[in-house]
Amino acid sequence: MHSFGYRANALFTFAVTILAFMCAIASFSDTLNSPTPTAHVQVLSINRFQKRPDGDDEVSMTFNISANLRSLFTWNTKQVFVFLAAEYETSKNSLNQVSLWDYIILEKEDAYFRIRSTNKYRFIDQGSNLRGKDFNLTLHWHVMPKTGKMFADKIVMTGYRLPEVYR
Amino acid sequence: MGWIGEQVDSIKSIQFRQFITQTISLGMIVTSALIIWKGLMCVTGSESPVVVVLSGSMEPGFKRGDILFLHMSKDPIRAGEIVVFNIDGREIPIVHRVIKVHERPDTGEVEVLTKGDNNLGDDRLLYAQGQLWLQRHHVMGRAVGFLPYVGWVTIIMTEKPIIKYILIGALGLLVITSKE
Repeated sequence: MHSFGYRANALFTFAVTILAFMCAIASFSDTLNSPTPTAHVQVLSINRFQKRPDGDDEVSMTFNISANLRSLFTWNTKQVFVFLAAEYETSKNSLNQVSLWDYIILEKEDAYFRIRSTNKYRFIDQGSNLRGKDFNLTLHWHVMPKTGKMFADKIVMTGYRLPEVYR
Repeated sequence: MGWIGEQVDSIKSIQFRQFITQTISLGMIVTSALIIWKGLMCVTGSESPVVVVLSGSMEPGFKRGDILFLHMSKDPIRAGEIVVFNIDGREIPIVHRVIKVHERPDTGEVEVLTKGDNNLGDDRLLYAQGQLWLQRHHVMGRAVGFLPYVGWVTIIMTEKPIIKYILIGALGLLVITSKE
């Protein structure tokens, strides 16, 4: 009853239980945080708007993103993955979401940023439906913790429109 | 010869009823582990409720050796979700993020494109020959939570199977020779 084996086993079980409990509490503390993020996106120019040889429309644009995501960070946050997606509807698809740009924020200070960029990923439609299309730009973020549950949310910005003709 | 006689004696000295009890308790441990695993599969709605991260393609968020908790609901797949999917012809599931979604109006069928956070390009290179999109039936689950480092046990046991055999052998020996 008091051999080394029993003592080692009891210690190990206790240590694992305490560790699991601490991870659960760390994750729970994330739910107490009520974040107040803000964001604003401005489309500066449409650089290229053409129909590809395979018949799909493609857009290349430059935009300005300014956002304050500092309130998302807690002590249990490892990184915040933020991405900007263009969302629109066509006759073929009820929903299209195309990620244009993404970034990994590791430090709370970096979460207050203003960047200008062209789209990192190609904005290609399934088909040729983009002329004169209204679309939303949604800033999504995904809070990845050091341990526990991940949280995701977004800010939808409406009112963007693609040109009527190719250029 | 005397040594063999001693071994035979010690094996005979294990009482038969005690041996049966130990076998049953070992069986109970294995069965309850199986019940917990299958129960988790039901609750999370996913074929494998827990996966181990095997590659560095999602760093710095997920490192090799982390474990991910999965959940699969009927909710539509949306951009930004971290999904675990199987490619036809490949055994190992891949854990990457959805970057493009195209959803059909009537059927709700969806075509998605994924990319690892730490990769330069999207996953079209990983998909099967001629496959451009993933469909819902490829996706095994969404990652909802994670624990760091715990998956290293599984990685070590898969990559150095000798350790698995040593562990099981030692466990079996402990069960047989313990007197309680």
